[in-house]
Amino acid sequence: MYETTFHKASSADDAASKLGAAEEGKLLAGGQTLIPTMKARFASPSDLISLKDASISGICRDGDSVVIGAMTTHAEVASSVDVPAYLAALAGGIGDPAVRHRGTIGGSIANNDPAADYPSACLALGATIRTNQREIAAADYFEGMFETALEEDEVIISVVFPDADKAAYAKFPNPASRYAMVGVFVAQSGGETRVAVTGAGEDGVFRHEGLEAALADSFTENSAASVAVSADGLLSDIHGSSEYRAALITAMAKRAVAAA
Amino acid sequence: MSKISLTVNGRSISKEVSDNTLLVEFIRENLRLTGTHVGCDTSQCGACTVHVDGKSIKSCTMLAVEADGSQITTIEGIANGELHPMQQAFNDNHGLQCGFCTPGMIMAGIDMVNRYKASNKPLDEAAIRGELEGNICRCTGYHNIVRSIADASTKM
Ligand SMILES: Cc1cc2nc3c(=O)[nH]c(=O)nc-3n(C[C@H](O)[C@H](O)[C@H](O)COP(=O)(O)OP(=O)(O)OC[C@H]3O[C@@H](n4cnc5c(N)ncnc54)[C@H](O)[C@@H]3O)c2cc1C
Ligand code: FES
Ligand code: FES
Repeated sequence: MYETTFHKASSADDAASKLGAAEEGKLLAGGQTLIPTMKARFASPSDLISLKDASISGICRDGDSVVIGAMTTHAEVASSVDVPAYLAALAGGIGDPAVRHRGTIGGSIANNDPAADYPSACLALGATIRTNQREIAAADYFEGMFETALEEDEVIISVVFPDADKAAYAKFPNPASRYAMVGVFVAQSGGETRVAVTGAGEDGVFRHEGLEAALADSFTENSAASVAVSADGLLSDIHGSSEYRAALITAMAKRAVAAA
Repeated sequence: MSKISLTVNGRSISKEVSDNTLLVEFIRENLRLTGTHVGCDTSQCGACTVHVDGKSIKSCTMLAVEADGSQITTIEGIANGELHPMQQAFNDNHGLQCGFCTPGMIMAGIDMVNRYKASNKPLDEAAIRGELEGNICRCTGYHNIVRSIADASTKM
């Protein structure tokens, strides 16, 4: 790992100003993506600004929503009574126990790995991402593989998830990495049906209109199975072809509907 | 460089470390506690698992400076005059062959038993296998590791 200078931020605004003052600074949350990247020398930030003491961690209910602080770990989300079961189960399926003890929701969403789990929940549940500057609807936030709407000195403070009437996430984990080969999040709230797919798209997480229309019509496994999922625009790599991922989207959509 | 103060296996320690020192490097090279192993160095294998404030983490994927102010337990810190029940169970159930993964397996095993006991959930075989997701063993085929943890969970 290249040399770097470590700083602690006392708040999100402090982190933003330290980031602005650094030559090539990076925020450090759980480090479960950033530290491996630095060790591989794919990243060499001059300064690391730790969010550990920035007081942006914790879970609270706000009416019909749950607000999850950016520094809340996957393990905390998985075991919280304030988090709906469909979201707690998603967090409990990320990586392994040691990764869940360190990795955070803010880090996951800032990174926007095309195979990460949380982005699908954000899109399907219509989450809002709160930063030190503004509120961003999930629909406007994920801009492609590892790309988000975040500005350079912008710090995620929390993610707000409105409760769904019914929802579930089904994931087919890559047997080695545990990231999603394909993950499908289905949600129904106030008459609207959303289906978000992660792990499969060349541009990262996306909503599947065909599945949404079919499930809005009839929320059943058969209805999900009746949709022809196209392999166009899906990832193809050593782990699986785009056709294989298309088949997995159908299989995971059925499982998610059954579990919702 | 930063000065960090932390407790390792009950001992208070204050030391200067460079900001890019990994926690595992600090444990092995500065403190000479070489029971914590580095298997993959890419956050996959869990050989480097230690407890930070009572929770299992991969010490190859955390900076030493981030451990400032915390309580660390390594494999050297769990026996208390006699072997910890988890260590004894690995011995009794032949839960290791070469032993390289074993410190991480034992630290992960203690963490999972503690968590399941605290939340009153049954730690059955399927749960143990799922919890061992982040710990890789190249020798045993896992069966005896799973038996060891199940055995220890009745004695902890
Ligand atoms: C072995 C392993 C298995 C994994 N498996 C999965 C999996 O199955 N599914 C999955 O989804 N993920 C998986 N992950 C990734 C894991 O969830 C990470 O924790 C997560 O992607 C990044 O979160 P972090 O808190 O560790 O962030 P860091 O690594 O600290 O940061 C990641 C990036 O986000 C930026 N950032 C962090 N916090 C903020 C903030 N509040 N505001 C703005 N920018 C910020 C950082 O600057 C950095 O660029 C795995 C990781 C490992 C090591
Ligand atoms: S050495 Fe840390 S996970 Fe393998
Ligand atoms: S006993 Fe040899 S790697 Fe596990």
